[in-house]
Amino acid sequence: MSSAVSDAQERVRATGGRAPDVFRPGAWVPMREHPESEPVDFAIVGTGCGGSVLAARLAEAGHSVVAFDAGAFYRPLEDFASDEREQEKLYWLDERISGGDDPIELGSNNSGKAVGGSTVHFQMVALRFRPEWFKSRSLLGYGHDWPVDWREMWDYYAKAEAAMRIAGPIAYPWGPRRGSYPYREHELSASALVLAKGAEALGVKWSPTPTATLSAPHGAAHPCVYRGFCKIGCATNAKQSMLVTFVPRALKAGAEIRDLAMVGRIETGADGRATGVHYHRQGAWRFQKAKNVVVAGYSIETPRLLLNSACPQHPEGLANSSGLVGKNLMVHVNDAVWGIMEEEIRWYKGPPSLAVCEHWNYTDEGKDFDGGYAFMSQGPLPTDFATSLVSNEGVFGHELRKWMGHYNHMAGLKVVGETMPQESNRVELSDETDALGLPIPKVTFSYCDNDRRLARHAENFQSEMLRAAGARSLYRTKSTAHLMGGCRMGDDPAESVVDASGRSWDIDNLFVCDGSLFPTAGGVNPSMTIVANTLRIADRIIAMGRRGEIG
Amino acid sequence: MTAGNETPDESPFVTPYPHYDVLQKWDSPSFNDATRRALTQRLTEVPRRRFFDAERYTRLRAVVDCVLPQPERSEAERIPVEAWIDAQLEANQGSGTRYVGTPTQREAWRRGLDALEAEAHARHGSGFADLSPEQQTALLKAVDNGAVDQAHWQGVHAQRFFREILLKDAVKIYYAHPAAWSEMGFGGPAAPRGYVRLGPDDRDPWEAAEERPPQPVRGLP
Ligand SMILES: Cc1cc2nc3c(=O)[nH]c(=O)nc-3n(C[C@H](O)[C@H](O)[C@H](O)COP(=O)(O)OP(=O)(O)OC[C@H]3O[C@@H](n4cnc5c(N)ncnc54)[C@H](O)[C@@H]3O)c2cc1C
Ligand code: SF4
Repeated sequence: MSSAVSDAQERVRATGGRAPDVFRPGAWVPMREHPESEPVDFAIVGTGCGGSVLAARLAEAGHSVVAFDAGAFYRPLEDFASDEREQEKLYWLDERISGGDDPIELGSNNSGKAVGGSTVHFQMVALRFRPEWFKSRSLLGYGHDWPVDWREMWDYYAKAEAAMRIAGPIAYPWGPRRGSYPYREHELSASALVLAKGAEALGVKWSPTPTATLSAPHGAAHPCVYRGFCKIGCATNAKQSMLVTFVPRALKAGAEIRDLAMVGRIETGADGRATGVHYHRQGAWRFQKAKNVVVAGYSIETPRLLLNSACPQHPEGLANSSGLVGKNLMVHVNDAVWGIMEEEIRWYKGPPSLAVCEHWNYTDEGKDFDGGYAFMSQGPLPTDFATSLVSNEGVFGHELRKWMGHYNHMAGLKVVGETMPQESNRVELSDETDALGLPIPKVTFSYCDNDRRLARHAENFQSEMLRAAGARSLYRTKSTAHLMGGCRMGDDPAESVVDASGRSWDIDNLFVCDGSLFPTAGGVNPSMTIVANTLRIADRIIAMGRRGEIG
Repeated sequence: MTAGNETPDESPFVTPYPHYDVLQKWDSPSFNDATRRALTQRLTEVPRRRFFDAERYTRLRAVVDCVLPQPERSEAERIPVEAWIDAQLEANQGSGTRYVGTPTQREAWRRGLDALEAEAHARHGSGFADLSPEQQTALLKAVDNGAVDQAHWQGVHAQRFFREILLKDAVKIYYAHPAAWSEMGFGGPAAPRGYVRLGPDDRDPWEAAEERPPQPVRGLP
């Protein structure tokens, strides 16, 4: 429904040589503009962890860049209310069809639509992969190897963490040494202390969560004020979303951003190479010429666009000679355990997940499943909490209101559990079309037995820990979080959609650069890995450009 | 947890925070202009009925009063959940997910409400809105347990409609209302001023004071 707060969704803002200055109310920053008729070096579709980071790096290297986003260009200080309903504007709410044995909830559960992508509403948990996961097939016997070396990724994680000013502990208790985080860790909230207490009681390690929100001022942004609305957009700019980090950097380096611009099709020439993108903005379809096209729309929209761009030279969709576009879509198991504490927790305060346990990511003994999981303390806002309560427990009537009356005494632990890549979990085009005439995507997802074993293990372990922390009346909820995969990168053209540089095996001037590249999901939230991987890809593309290997 | 055979304790909800009102912070640093604009609209512009016909709307209200009863509030104070359900359907604003085999949300709501009516007639010989609160509660419990006559449901999965559509839409509206925030002791809007005291049993002066323990719920303390 239309917003009472701003017209960002109705009127384009990045236009006329300027774009919103997200740090100053009413102010603008200059923006370089590119004519549609002149091919830009890179047309980038999407401005999330993949798109905005790549736009900034390529523009900083001197390339001409236009980045498109279907979502609005928000000014957090003016447009973000402390209100869950109003802030639904941040989500991708266009209809998608969801099926399979365990259909995924889409929309606010995993898909953003805004300049800055899903990071505008992400929960800021900023973790690294366990090194072995980059070679999980060779080293751990499941999934697929990534076409990268973990030590290279370790360096890029450090760069990503520096750019996003991650606040975290001096010494992280799991995995190979990493430097201390750039900003000091946040004070633990009562809800985080529940996890800490439970972990100590069970004798497993825990840690303050590395978190993408400022613990000290930076530039025009103030430190986090612990208001706890992070998941629906941070109104103070403490949160280091792409909207306040890489997007301003991209603009400063000369990239152009086009907001409210939905790319519907990638055009290809007679030689089968990409020539530009068709996009819908201000009520009309338009065409931007480009020497290279990068798709960074995340695991559903990226395959959707590639499939919908089928042409005589590429009848099954672009970059799809392997048949793997849209396949191997993954989620994280996101089941939770909740309980009631004697003391008041008031979990609405502060970032919701300030404590983490990665014990079962780094321990292989005692597991009856492949893969790993982390879990974190929780702090859902009222409607978020109520919807999971009613959909899992079916509570209603006075009982429901009384149950919600325990809100300030509740605590919870929620898992981020690795699921296995399966070809049958996929994104396809349905026969139905949306308001712009584009085919609606259809998502099919079913857990495999390994996923279910992991979920059961996590449920038992989290319950044990929450009970050890003193919680009573435990109950459980089921859900999924995050999307990964759908356009796997790899070393073998028959087994992957793109190579280690994100470059399509089939079309040399078409790239994919976002969460859809993941060959495996890992047992941690994906953003830092997407940002690190994008920084790595950016360096490779820049180097190829210097060598004259880019069109 | 919600074992179906226990008799539910239907004593009314009583707030643990009787002297707390989120809206008293309206002019404080806990509210910014964006929040004030959003909440002004919510508090002053209750949408008129446009999507449902009058009869279905009356039934919808009866269903809302059963799933979120507000006996302690006058008509003027009551949170009119049905009005925003109707507005949401009129605007055709989806949630981003349509499960395979389920109709569009507009169609699901229409068929679901009609199925409740048919179930009421089959069981009690009168419409849902005319049943006693106990009968309404028992009927919705049966729907949640799938103990329904499929013929009434026109392909809609009864429990899924009840939990995933009806209850979810209703609580998304109810718990987005300042009156609901106050009754549960939620801090409410918190920008630019957030919180300082984060520890257990600690609170800032602008947070709710718990004056009595939350009421027991079946299975909960
Ligand atoms: C509620 C929530 C909480 C989360 N919490 C965390 C967390 O704590 N830690 C973490 O690491 N991760 C978290 N995530 C996940 C994280 O936000 C995503 O994994 C990440 O943002 C994905 O990056 P991306 O670049 O692949 O896609 P996105 O960030 O989603 O960006 C894609 C962008 O492309 C745009 N787009 C798509 N298609 C088109 C098109 N055809 N034309 C124009 N624009 C298009 C979209 O509008 C969107 O803005 C969370 C996600 C959600 C939803
Ligand atoms: S808790 Fe911090 S990061 Fe979250 S919304 Fe508030 S200020 Fe922003």
